[in-house]
Amino acid sequence: MELSLKTVYLLSMEYEIKPHEKLSLNVKELWLYRELFFFFTWRDIKVKYKQTVLGFAWAVLQPLIMMLIFSAVGQAFNIPDEGMPRPLFSFSGLLLWNIFASGITGSGNSMVSNSNIIKKIYFPRLIIPLSSVLVSLFDFVMTFIIFIGMLVFYSIKGQTHTDIMGFLLVLPISLFITFIATCGIGTLLAALNIKYRDFRYVIPFMVSVLLFLTPVIYPISGTRYPWAKLLFALNPLYSAIELFRSTFSPGTLHIHLVFISLASAVFFFIVGLFYFRKTEAYFADLA
Amino acid sequence: MKPILEIKNVSKKFRIQHNAQPYLSLRDSLSSMFKRDKTSSEEFYALNDISFNVAAGQSIGIIGKNGAGKSTLLKILSKITPPSSGSIISRGNIASLLEVGTGFHPELTGRENIFLNGSILGMKRKQIQARFDEIVDFSGTEKFLDTPLKHFSSGMQLRLAFSVAAFLEPEILIIDEVLAVGDAEFQKKCMGKMEDVAQQGKTILFVSHNMPAVLNLCSKAILLNNGQIIKSGESRDVISAYYSINETLLEHYDLVKRKDRAGNGKCRFQKVWITDKNNNIVNSIESGEDLNIHALIKSSVLEKLPKLFVSVSFCTEAGQRIFSLGSSLLNKRIFVEGLTEVSWTIKKLQLSADDYLGDLYLFETDGGGDMYDMIEQAFKLVVNEGDFHNSGKIQTRGRDLIFVDFDVDFKRVD
Repeated sequence: MELSLKTVYLLSMEYEIKPHEKLSLNVKELWLYRELFFFFTWRDIKVKYKQTVLGFAWAVLQPLIMMLIFSAVGQAFNIPDEGMPRPLFSFSGLLLWNIFASGITGSGNSMVSNSNIIKKIYFPRLIIPLSSVLVSLFDFVMTFIIFIGMLVFYSIKGQTHTDIMGFLLVLPISLFITFIATCGIGTLLAALNIKYRDFRYVIPFMVSVLLFLTPVIYPISGTRYPWAKLLFALNPLYSAIELFRSTFSPGTLHIHLVFISLASAVFFFIVGLFYFRKTEAYFADLA
Repeated sequence: MKPILEIKNVSKKFRIQHNAQPYLSLRDSLSSMFKRDKTSSEEFYALNDISFNVAAGQSIGIIGKNGAGKSTLLKILSKITPPSSGSIISRGNIASLLEVGTGFHPELTGRENIFLNGSILGMKRKQIQARFDEIVDFSGTEKFLDTPLKHFSSGMQLRLAFSVAAFLEPEILIIDEVLAVGDAEFQKKCMGKMEDVAQQGKTILFVSHNMPAVLNLCSKAILLNNGQIIKSGESRDVISAYYSINETLLEHYDLVKRKDRAGNGKCRFQKVWITDKNNNIVNSIESGEDLNIHALIKSSVLEKLPKLFVSVSFCTEAGQRIFSLGSSLLNKRIFVEGLTEVSWTIKKLQLSADDYLGDLYLFETDGGGDMYDMIEQAFKLVVNEGDFHNSGKIQTRGRDLIFVDFDVDFKRVD
């Protein structure tokens, strides 16, 4: 027993603590601490729904209500829907948008709310904002079940046609784009927030502004101006949502816009993670 | 064999911003970009060129006043914050206990918190599972395991927290003041556990203000002051050096400006100070030592004053009076004329280690009537752990209030 316990320490070889670390993601160290991802995510999920009467139903209820509102508003103002049933159109957008919105809110505030731990214990700091993103992925899974039900319902009614193989292929790609965009912007905000507490107020504001400024709840074809389309495509979520919808939407896929948006997601991912790594050494002094 | 830890010329610099807000805000950063005047910040070395080596299996105590740099040193060693210059080579896995219960969440149950906390401290899930029963057993909280932590008493939370930490198995363990948890019995248990860990050949770095604990646990110690090592070596020598830097802090208590006094004001206490058996002015003393208390009294009227009683009373910081050295008890009166010094002699101080406050009284009639001057909490007497019984055994802080000379004997009576 004693021996098997001791082998668990893999990190124990000689190492040096120096003023400035070279800039790398240090994936190896993250892997060593992989259990901590799980524990932080598990803690946040547990605490989020503890002492709520409806519990996990909140994860579903909130996007469902949003969907109803956006469908009603869309109907009332005759916003184009690319020939999809309106609830399906708004829900498919909100599904991925909610990962992003709650992901960047959670991870943006995560370093500040965990500052007591940061000041006392060392572990790779990236675990904290990244596990906040995992929490929002958990909420997604709950909502996704409802979405599948809706998709099946509209397909049977014949109001939409789903390319099942395409859907299964595109779903992981969409999720991946959403994930890297959320991680990138989330870690960037987390690092900025610990240094400049202004970001605490910027984040919720940014999330609601972005929702209306980007083609999540209305299609990009809603605008007549080509330059506006290019601008909209800078939203990294655009490519994820557009690809996702393409398998059950009669609308056309603007492939060049998708690539712009994809490039934007990759850009934010790299900038966010490296900015975080660059500044993380001093988090304990700032927190 | 190479040392397990090599600390080489480590410094940590902080920039103190005068008139700065507690947190940086974007507005400040933006506006300071355009400001020419950047003189309002000052550099401050929390650690200044620290070097020492730790051999494997050694237990080292790190002591010093508040603000000496102890915590900064531990934070650098545990990788929480990087040094500004210098480097540390570590040849073992470091676990640090800078605070017990880091990451405890009040909404989670005791069981869940054990896993969460253990994992934050670097334990693997399997390892926690293997040790789970021992941890629970040690903490004595088995009945409440499935209750949310917020319903635990603070003592129980601390016990649970220490228990998780006690079962970490790193090669180098860094401990900061965590032994100050729980009641006396649990503290003893914690101390015992720490000694076990030390005996298993683990390397321990121990920061504490509790000198007997340092003495028990560590053979070697390092004394930090203003970010520099001012003494290192055998624990006993380093600890006495620690007491001597404390003693230079203050020479005497000036009472002239004290307004919170009673009495007719015909004469006033001017100052009070404490000397040890070598007649050095001190503000702390060890249990069992001899000491003198001196007070300077000045008459503020021309008329001749009657002979007066003078008294000093000692109280705990909580206000519990312990004893008084009233001259009336000895049927002695003093005669105040001009500037008069009164001295009390205490042989073999019976107070245990703690901080005490002294009240001064000057009165005419026995029992405290016709008060001339009275100052409560006129001075502070810091008593450190000492070998009262000359037995080589030093009592831990916080157990008993006083010591009494005694002997114990036995004989067979059947």
